[in-house]
Amino acid sequence: MDGLDSNVLFALVAIPFAWGIALAFFPPGSRQAMRLLSAAVSLALLALSAYVFLGYDKDAAGYQFTQEFQWLDSLGIALSMGVDGISVPMVFLTGIVTFTGVLISWNISADMPRRMKDFFVLFFLLVAGVYGVFVSLDLFFLFFFYELAVLPMYLLIGVWGSSSDFGAFLRPKEYGAMKLMLYLVAGSVLVWVAILAVYVEGGMGTFSLLALEEATFSEAFQRVFFPMFMVGFGVLAGLWPFHTWSPDGHVAAPTAVSMLHAGVLMKLGAYGIIRLGMDLLPQGMEEWALVLIILGIINVVYGAVAAMGQRDLKYVVGYSSVSHMGYVLVGFATLNSMGMGGAVLQMFSHGIMTALFFALVGAIYDRAHVRDIGILEGLTKRMGLTSAFFAVAGLTSLGLPGLSGFVAELMVFIGAFRDYPIIGALGIIGAAITAVYILRLLGKVFFGPISPQWQHLTDATRLEGFSMAILVVFLVGVGLYPRPWMDLINSGVAPLLERVVGL
Amino acid sequence: MNFMLFLPEFLITGAAFGVLGIDLFLSRERKAYLPWLSLAGLAAVFVVSLSYLWGKDTNLYDGLFLIDNFSLFFKAFFLVLGALVVLVSVDYVKQHLSHPGEYYGILMFSILGMMLMAASGELLTAYISLELLSFSLYVLVSYGRNNPKSNEAGIKYILLGAFASALLLFGISQVFGMLGTTRFDEIAAALSHEPSPMNPALLVGLALIVAGLGFKVAAVPFHMWAPDVYEGAPTPITAYLAVGSKAAAFALILRLFSQAFMPAFDDWQIILVVLAALTMTVGNLVALAQHNIKRMLAYSSVGHVGYLLMGVAALSPVASDGVILHLAGYGVTNLAAFLCVIIFYNATNREDIADFAGLADRSPYLAMALTVSLFSLAGLPFFAGFITKFYLFTAAAEGGLLWLVGLAIVNSVISLYYYLMVIKQMYMEPAVEDGPVKVTLLSGGVLGLLVLGIIVLGIYPGPLVDAIQGATGAILWWGGA
Repeated sequence: MDGLDSNVLFALVAIPFAWGIALAFFPPGSRQAMRLLSAAVSLALLALSAYVFLGYDKDAAGYQFTQEFQWLDSLGIALSMGVDGISVPMVFLTGIVTFTGVLISWNISADMPRRMKDFFVLFFLLVAGVYGVFVSLDLFFLFFFYELAVLPMYLLIGVWGSSSDFGAFLRPKEYGAMKLMLYLVAGSVLVWVAILAVYVEGGMGTFSLLALEEATFSEAFQRVFFPMFMVGFGVLAGLWPFHTWSPDGHVAAPTAVSMLHAGVLMKLGAYGIIRLGMDLLPQGMEEWALVLIILGIINVVYGAVAAMGQRDLKYVVGYSSVSHMGYVLVGFATLNSMGMGGAVLQMFSHGIMTALFFALVGAIYDRAHVRDIGILEGLTKRMGLTSAFFAVAGLTSLGLPGLSGFVAELMVFIGAFRDYPIIGALGIIGAAITAVYILRLLGKVFFGPISPQWQHLTDATRLEGFSMAILVVFLVGVGLYPRPWMDLINSGVAPLLERVVGL
Repeated sequence: MNFMLFLPEFLITGAAFGVLGIDLFLSRERKAYLPWLSLAGLAAVFVVSLSYLWGKDTNLYDGLFLIDNFSLFFKAFFLVLGALVVLVSVDYVKQHLSHPGEYYGILMFSILGMMLMAASGELLTAYISLELLSFSLYVLVSYGRNNPKSNEAGIKYILLGAFASALLLFGISQVFGMLGTTRFDEIAAALSHEPSPMNPALLVGLALIVAGLGFKVAAVPFHMWAPDVYEGAPTPITAYLAVGSKAAAFALILRLFSQAFMPAFDDWQIILVVLAALTMTVGNLVALAQHNIKRMLAYSSVGHVGYLLMGVAALSPVASDGVILHLAGYGVTNLAAFLCVIIFYNATNREDIADFAGLADRSPYLAMALTVSLFSLAGLPFFAGFITKFYLFTAAAEGGLLWLVGLAIVNSVISLYYYLMVIKQMYMEPAVEDGPVKVTLLSGGVLGLLVLGIIVLGIYPGPLVDAIQGATGAILWWGGA
């Protein structure tokens, strides 16, 4: 399997990319062919991602499946790929969410049938960008794919998204699309400047991550440029106070895009903070850890409180994402293996959970055409499967033992308590607030008397149910048996922590 | 002296006169042959230049005219560009303009001017070449003689262009007065003996030269002519102005600053830094407010000039590569964007941004091509604009201008906003008219080629970068010094 091992990462980027381009030349009327083939392509991606996940040698650790092509010698840019214990779960996550996202999008663009093609073209470009970030070991290409993942968002949201009616005012989908786009691109300004600074300061004429790891950056340099990575990538991770694009953007986006964006793209931000910030500028990380942990805990509590105040079901999920990403940031900033490991697991767990949430909200909205918690009542009677899945996602979200969120959040809390007991306590308060809004939501929207206007609703289709079930399997599986995930993650986290704390 | 070295210039002059002459004997129906004739001429010059001048490093007229990799690269660049502009013009000229013979003939004279600019090794030769280019453009800009906007643009361009030429000439005379020479290598030699800071009279001369060239590339605050001229000129000529005359001016600027003014780098760097910062910021901010797509592209091109000037301000071998690479990437992209505008205008006679509403439903591939061009202009991957910008910005950062690079990146974000507004019209607004926009086979083919170029350059720039490095290797004499 040597040939596969050394090409699998390249294939993960090239396949969605090539498929996106190929789709552009399909006749717009061939909807069935396009979605069947797209599902097949995404299944292939899932299989390759699973292969990476299962084939990664945890004992050897380090970067594996590496591959390198020369690209632009004069700037020292090479298309260099490899994965470690942190990126492998992310690659797997991308595979899962992509596959389920395609299934959920089976009837996308029903009102504009000829536009379905455009949707899948952009969707697969997005997927190529996401994979690219997780497997790149070259700063240029990491940034290249990072931008590529942002590029299709405007059209995906603006064309296929949905506007939110707040009664007093309407928040059009174009608003969400533009806000998301400008926030993310503004964040990438900082990232770009910081990457160039690292390149110049490194003085080696290369963008290679592995080479730059060996460079020594002065403490002053690290102090100035670490926050650029932290905030620049933090915008995408939903870092408070730069999170406001996230609820608006995710609510406006079509279901599969919300799934991929909240599920995977927000992880790109978190991943960028550790892969570039922590790895290249460890002293900077150490100095700024306190700020990061404070901002992170504000994310947790503020996101939870904001979620409690929402009437729109999708905004609840949007703010809960902000809240849950806070645990990831807090976990990073604890700078111990417990907290960091929990944070990476939380990235995986939250990715699956939030994808499930958005899939469910999308299924409800498709049928009821409203998302107002005040109007939706007693859906269990007509949408049993959907409600059951929603309960699982909700219970994961509030950290019920036996589901993946519990393991991840518990580890983050323990990690935080070691050095920052107050932060740890606040984190638990955040989880308690989450319990309040989730349980209230479950009680009101799903379990309770059904109002006559919802008698006509139908349950999720088999296809929807199937894709949601895949997500549920991972939530439960990781919750009951987190061992393989934790071994994998720790093999990636340990060397990273050594760089920061071992200094 | 070996006049054979002048062969490409002789040939293109002959071809230009040939087109003008043959035009006299062609019946009205047969005038459609003219662009193909011009194309054949340009192709012949291209082949001759590359095969005959490859690897030659010499000069004519005692250093007035230089034959090296740099001038050869730009010869090829301008010839390809000229051929593309001819192709882009075919439908437009047929529909909207009369007298195609003169149009294509004068276009070829302007290409000659550009080729000479990149090859001149002396200030007055450079000036005369620039004037040849400018005069051709004055005529071409006002070519839509029944269109008041085109006439207005022509007058504005002539008046301000003449003013800029006067500034440039005054600057040249000042430099000659102080240093006693106009040859680039002798200026450099003389400057290296000058005390630092520079003699004020010399600095004035230098500043005037910068101002004169600043007019030609539409750098702020010398950009006032650009939007009106871009809007009024026939659109293929607008594209040509935005790409060709800018590339020629930057070829001259690169050679002038690296071969002649380099010893006084510390004196002029700040001028260019300020100019670059102003140009990119003003250009992009004002572009936000435009309703006409040609005006928007005009201001966006002002913004791009700012990035290019930043590259000159950080002048080094890598930075020169970056400037030329960005010129090439921006050139292909801009041609594609303007070709979309031309196709749309040919079919509808409209060119406001709002008129593009619903284009994605009417003509999905045209909308896709324009989207690709605009994303490339904004510098998003995997299009040419991303890598060329990245290269240029990296080079500038290496040159110690990291803060200016930061400003440039912020400007890129601003530019993304107004590009997105066009994309929004195309994809999210309902169409004002129904039915597909008519795309001729020729325009569609050229557009496909350009879009392909944008993508190929975006993911595989290696060969072009190698060629550019060969070119800049010829002008950067201080590498060894």
